[in-house]
Amino acid sequence: MDSIYNDLNAPHSMGTTIIGVTYDGGVVLGADSRTSTGMYVANRASDKITQLTDNVYICRSGSAADSQVLSDYVRYYLHQHTIQLGQPATVKVAANLVRMVSYNNKNMLQTGLIVGGWDKYEGGKIYGIPLGGTLLEQPFTIGGSGSSYLYGFFDQVWKEGMTQDEAEKLVVKAVSLAIARDGASGGVVRTVTINKDGVSRKFYPGNTLPLWHEELEAKDSLLDSLSATSPEPMVS
Amino acid sequence: MSRFEESAPARGGFSYDLCKRNEMLMQKGLKPSSYLKTGTTIVGLVFQDGVILGADTRATEGPIVADKNCEKIHYMAPNIYCCGAGTAADTEAVTDMVSSQLKLHRFHTGRESRVVTALTLLKSHLFSYQGHVSAALVLGGVDVTGPHLHTIYPHGSTDTLPFATMGSGSLAAMAIFESKYREGLTRDEGVKLVAEAICSGIFNDLGSGSNVDVCVITKGKREYLRNYMLPNPRTYVSEKGYSFSKKTEVLLTKITPLRELVEVIEGGDAMEE
Repeated sequence: MDSIYNDLNAPHSMGTTIIGVTYDGGVVLGADSRTSTGMYVANRASDKITQLTDNVYICRSGSAADSQVLSDYVRYYLHQHTIQLGQPATVKVAANLVRMVSYNNKNMLQTGLIVGGWDKYEGGKIYGIPLGGTLLEQPFTIGGSGSSYLYGFFDQVWKEGMTQDEAEKLVVKAVSLAIARDGASGGVVRTVTINKDGVSRKFYPGNTLPLWHEELEAKDSLLDSLSATSPEPMVS
Repeated sequence: MSRFEESAPARGGFSYDLCKRNEMLMQKGLKPSSYLKTGTTIVGLVFQDGVILGADTRATEGPIVADKNCEKIHYMAPNIYCCGAGTAADTEAVTDMVSSQLKLHRFHTGRESRVVTALTLLKSHLFSYQGHVSAALVLGGVDVTGPHLHTIYPHGSTDTLPFATMGSGSLAAMAIFESKYREGLTRDEGVKLVAEAICSGIFNDLGSGSNVDVCVITKGKREYLRNYMLPNPRTYVSEKGYSFSKKTEVLLTKITPLRELVEVIEGGDAMEE
């Protein structure tokens, strides 16, 4: 019993599954929506994909507080940079700023991030910035506790030059697979697609996601099963 | 038959049996348990015209109820209120501090305060203290951009939600909200739901109790319903009342007005170097 109380005071962390994928013409970022404090789900519909600029978004995982504050700082720096530069910031600059803050405060922060966006010089780009503050430019990257279950999946399914539709379907399928296996991921799947035409946000509620091995259909209420034909009472 | 004495019920009064053992343990280095306040149920929800906040009124010091009717819904601005769970001193201090900062900001800008301003001030303060300021808050209000409801955790993370619960009774209250909440509630439905959620916390959580406080905030108006519900009245009150021993005798009743310390002089010369 006591462990439940201790957990309510535990730091707010996002178990999470976050994904960033490039396709021919842009990027697709995806995430689940569960924020947990110990064993309690503090927010079942959180938005882990936050905006840094019009054309650059960031997926957050790890400590909720650390990642929120880091995103706020980088948004502020990017805003200043855009004013000074006179042009929209590039994804590379955004990712580097995130990496600088993450690396220089590595002892105090506990957050893994994925920066993705589109700019006119390099097109769609994904940068992974895990714990410690490394910066890695990759065609796709996964993060969070649920990502452990997706490494093999991506190795098999990934291909260069997908269409936007293929990429979005891949991301939704991957997040839903991770949700099925990782206790710290759950809720809804959110995706953000960024290309030269702008940004498009999509939302997939839990009951629209495909069911995997041995998963049962979600029920709205346990009372529904009562209205189904009840078994005949035993007669001796 | 001689076993009977061992199972006889204990006599009344303080049992000193464990005192020597406690002393021995303290000497060996065992620290006595510290007083924490974690009991509370606080909730908030967004309804069609604004937000409704609710809280219980029990303040605890370990297992003892220190205050049976405390106020957990704190004023931040005329259009923003904040419920606080966690260490009472921390919630009181942080909400007072941000309330003053908001007032100064209103003087500087000449505009009504926005909920996101209060949110950012609270979040930055709590983050910089890395969770040592144990304040878990439900912040709600209505400003020019509309109704807003946020939760703020001791480490500085925030969530924006249509309905939220915090404190030790949060699970009980959240169960009520998850089954009965829907968008576009009317004021009466909303208040009823909030009161129900707080009652769920009061009756099912040991750290919450006493009465229900509700605060309804809409555009241009707020209603602070202190002690909206009193579901725990004192059931037995002795008719005899309190009596004082006959030896207390009134010797003298005298009222002495305090002398004014400041003398105001009309006119007078301006100060000169």
